[in-house]
Amino acid sequence: MHFYANPARFLGIARRLTLPLLIGGLVLAGAALAWGLLVVPPDRLMGETVRVLFVHVPAAWLGMGGWMTIAIASLAELVWRHPLAALAARAAAVPGATFAAICLATGSIWGRPTWGTWWVWDGRLTSMLVLLFLYLGYIALAGAIARDGASSRILAIYGLVGAINVPIINRSVVWWNSLHQPPSITLGQSAIDGVFLAPLLVATIGFSLLFGGVVLARMRALLAEAQAEARLRRRAAAPATEWG
Amino acid sequence: MREGLDQWSFVLAAYAVAILATLLLAGWSWRSMRRAEARRDRVSGR
Repeated sequence: MHFYANPARFLGIARRLTLPLLIGGLVLAGAALAWGLLVVPPDRLMGETVRVLFVHVPAAWLGMGGWMTIAIASLAELVWRHPLAALAARAAAVPGATFAAICLATGSIWGRPTWGTWWVWDGRLTSMLVLLFLYLGYIALAGAIARDGASSRILAIYGLVGAINVPIINRSVVWWNSLHQPPSITLGQSAIDGVFLAPLLVATIGFSLLFGGVVLARMRALLAEAQAEARLRRRAAAPATEWG
Repeated sequence: MREGLDQWSFVLAAYAVAILATLLLAGWSWRSMRRAEARRDRVSGR
């Protein structure tokens, strides 16, 4: 892991990967959505609305995966002082929040024709909404720390503590009564028919590639901002040293 | 299907939200990265 801790080495790899990940992700996700929209037959129970599966489920997984990225990077920052870990955690916040918001919006749209309501305050929906609020708090705190120059360890601790919500989201449909269905896909098992599972997996891979591309782009942006600020500070300090 | 709602309008609304948000996210992250890297290069006189 420390091999990639060098910013120059990281930039070399990130420059080669960012655009292919973004374009590959867009193409693959686009193809999967077209497959889900135009090819997949309607479900026996849910009818045409089953097609929402191909945007809702990848968004839910990436919303939770985004926070796990934050938590793992925060741990790496706190324990190993990995120089790029803080950047990786901050870079995952906006894409994670976006996918959590997409999950909530598409879930609400899906809920109206299938459950007869846009929203219920049950365990799954509420814990997913809490995840979105955690993301918004994280983004606001990261902005304040960058502006005021406070320690980024506070942000890392927030990232770690917030991770407690991810298993709560995952187990909420098992622990509490919910309109939401129980897990359809668990490790090595799936209750979803192959005709729906194949485009779902392609959509998940596509959106995941896109997520990776966005995180790399955000890391490059944050690194470039930090390097520009450091150079401006050095330039501002140089004449004072000469005159002093 | 309750209330005789048109299922396709819900499907298309969900796809529109997801596609628009994803494209905005990808476009914004690419643009902000290019801006930040151009600023860094300007500052270092490259």
